[in-house]
Amino acid sequence: MTLGPEIRAEMEQIKQRYPDPRSALLPMLHLVQSAQSEVTTEGMALCADVLSITPAEVAAVATFYTMYKRRPVGQHHIGVCTNTLCGLLGGDAVYAALSERLGIGHDESTSDGKFWLERIECQAACTHAPVMTVDWEFMDQQTPASAIGVIDQLARGEEVRSTRGPAIRDFTATERTLAFPDDGLAGEGSVADELMLAGLRVARERGMSAPAVGQGN
Amino acid sequence: MTLTPVITAHWDRPDLYTLAGYRAIGGYTALAKALQQEPDAIIATVKDSGLRGRGGAGFPTGLKWSFVPQNDGKPHYLVVNADESEPGACKDVPIMMATPHTLIEGVIISSYAIRANHAFIYIRGEVPHAIRRVAAAVREAEQAGLLGDNILGSGFNLRVTIHSGAGAYICGEETALLDSLEGRRGQPRLKPPFPAVAGLYAAPTVVNNVETICNVPLIVNGGVEWFRKFGTEKSPGFKVFAISGHVNRPGIYEAPLGVTMRELLDYAGGMRDGRPVKFWLPGGSSVPMLTAEHLDLPLTYEDMAAAGTMLGTGTPMLFDDTVSVVRAVTRWLEFYKHESCGKCTPCREGTYWITGVLERFEHGHGSEAEIDTLVDLCDQIGGRSFCALGDAAATPYPAALKYFRHEFEAGINQAAELEFAPAASYLFSEATAR
Repeated sequence: MTLGPEIRAEMEQIKQRYPDPRSALLPMLHLVQSAQSEVTTEGMALCADVLSITPAEVAAVATFYTMYKRRPVGQHHIGVCTNTLCGLLGGDAVYAALSERLGIGHDESTSDGKFWLERIECQAACTHAPVMTVDWEFMDQQTPASAIGVIDQLARGEEVRSTRGPAIRDFTATERTLAFPDDGLAGEGSVADELMLAGLRVARERGMSAPAVGQGN
Repeated sequence: MTLTPVITAHWDRPDLYTLAGYRAIGGYTALAKALQQEPDAIIATVKDSGLRGRGGAGFPTGLKWSFVPQNDGKPHYLVVNADESEPGACKDVPIMMATPHTLIEGVIISSYAIRANHAFIYIRGEVPHAIRRVAAAVREAEQAGLLGDNILGSGFNLRVTIHSGAGAYICGEETALLDSLEGRRGQPRLKPPFPAVAGLYAAPTVVNNVETICNVPLIVNGGVEWFRKFGTEKSPGFKVFAISGHVNRPGIYEAPLGVTMRELLDYAGGMRDGRPVKFWLPGGSSVPMLTAEHLDLPLTYEDMAAAGTMLGTGTPMLFDDTVSVVRAVTRWLEFYKHESCGKCTPCREGTYWITGVLERFEHGHGSEAEIDTLVDLCDQIGGRSFCALGDAAATPYPAALKYFRHEFEAGINQAAELEFAPAASYLFSEATAR
């Protein structure tokens, strides 16, 4: 699909958030991916036009950041952390199992356009290793079997919930959230899961607490 | 030392991420208190508290703020570094998900102190749930008159913009973050000038980590004396430690600075199957590794420096004796290779060379001479790049060689997987793997 006037209008809205319009470029490129599942040449040209910079300047940015893709990602982006901690604690096996199941490797997509597979870097969830992401929502503490279960459910169109967030939508919906973060889903998932509460639970069990706040200095 | 939940004290409250939930635990009372003081008084309080940056470098926060020229007629900016991407670091994302209003309250007070009327929260793009929680908190705060014009009748105006990154570790480096926020490739700038003088749009800018900013309302409310009840003279306060690896109960543990790894490990239920700690890193892959003999050292900035490492992000990763050091280090270097922005030749080229040589050791094709070649390569990168990413890339190997030289020597003719079967390190058994 081509980018309609509503996308241009939304880009103009994003510009309003910043004192200097060019700051809007990263969210604008996310918006392009939300419409086209990739950063297209057309999308880069539109960004350039809206910001009054050259397409080459936009391309220089679009090719620098890992999240921007120059081929359609398709319905679901599947990330498996294979950095040292997650990888060695089982992420390598999770990745291998998914790669075998889907018949694709790193940064490749299935021919039916359903899945894109990527070895991702540290996802800031090492406490929850091995970590997988679906459309960048957390799928914590995976095993090869559980990860394949997630893929199979998604393939059948069944609902899959992020372990610490909302029900999985699709890649383009997440990209839209990155451009317009107030998506109404902030209340999904718990405030903190058991791993985030681990220390608080131990402190309560053992009767530990911080010194009480006194009155002023 | 005991656990002391402060930032994490109410994380089991199901509505904590909402304004109502945060107000119920006393949220935004520090803001009211702060707005009745002069901005310089807030800077003085933060200075006196001794708060040090929680993003890795540990620079004194109040001192950083005091570098911003005042009454210079230029706009000032506060930029929150929420680009948490350091391998091993996983505390800012949980903080933003559980208690986003603590961050927003800290942003308002900090902006008031440095006389900024526009603040940015740069959150890495790969964590949409943290982004939407913080964005919702901003909207609620705006609707309640806690953001916008004339906040709580003080005459102070503040606008907050949430900015999604797009996948680049280097943007955690503060000047690269500023370039990225200006809509460019995230590449570090030459310093000086420092951001406090010429930061975002060349205007005076303070860049602070999420956890650092979350300390500010607590210091304003509790006072300097209370804050200094935690920690040591040089490392005052509490710390959100995120413990990962082969421990029985990985997760978030908040304790005073100065707690030891052995104490934290006890709270985390010890190592799985009672296995020994082989090596651990106090705060991210960019700090040199330590071993079991260092478990009783206090986790402070100064004690970690004395042991030849750094507190870093304060997010310990622990590995048991099933793990090949060669494999671990090789993987970290693959990360630095991937994330080098390419601006500086030693880092861009050096990370490729180191990774290639390390992979030979992992597969049993190293050589005696290359053990020294790697040392040489690290020497060629450290201190020869614009930013700390280059220094970080030169860190894992020398530390690993210091404690585990024999594993690199074994890599001359034996693949790491022969002595260290990868599956032995997995958190699941092979039976459940398929």
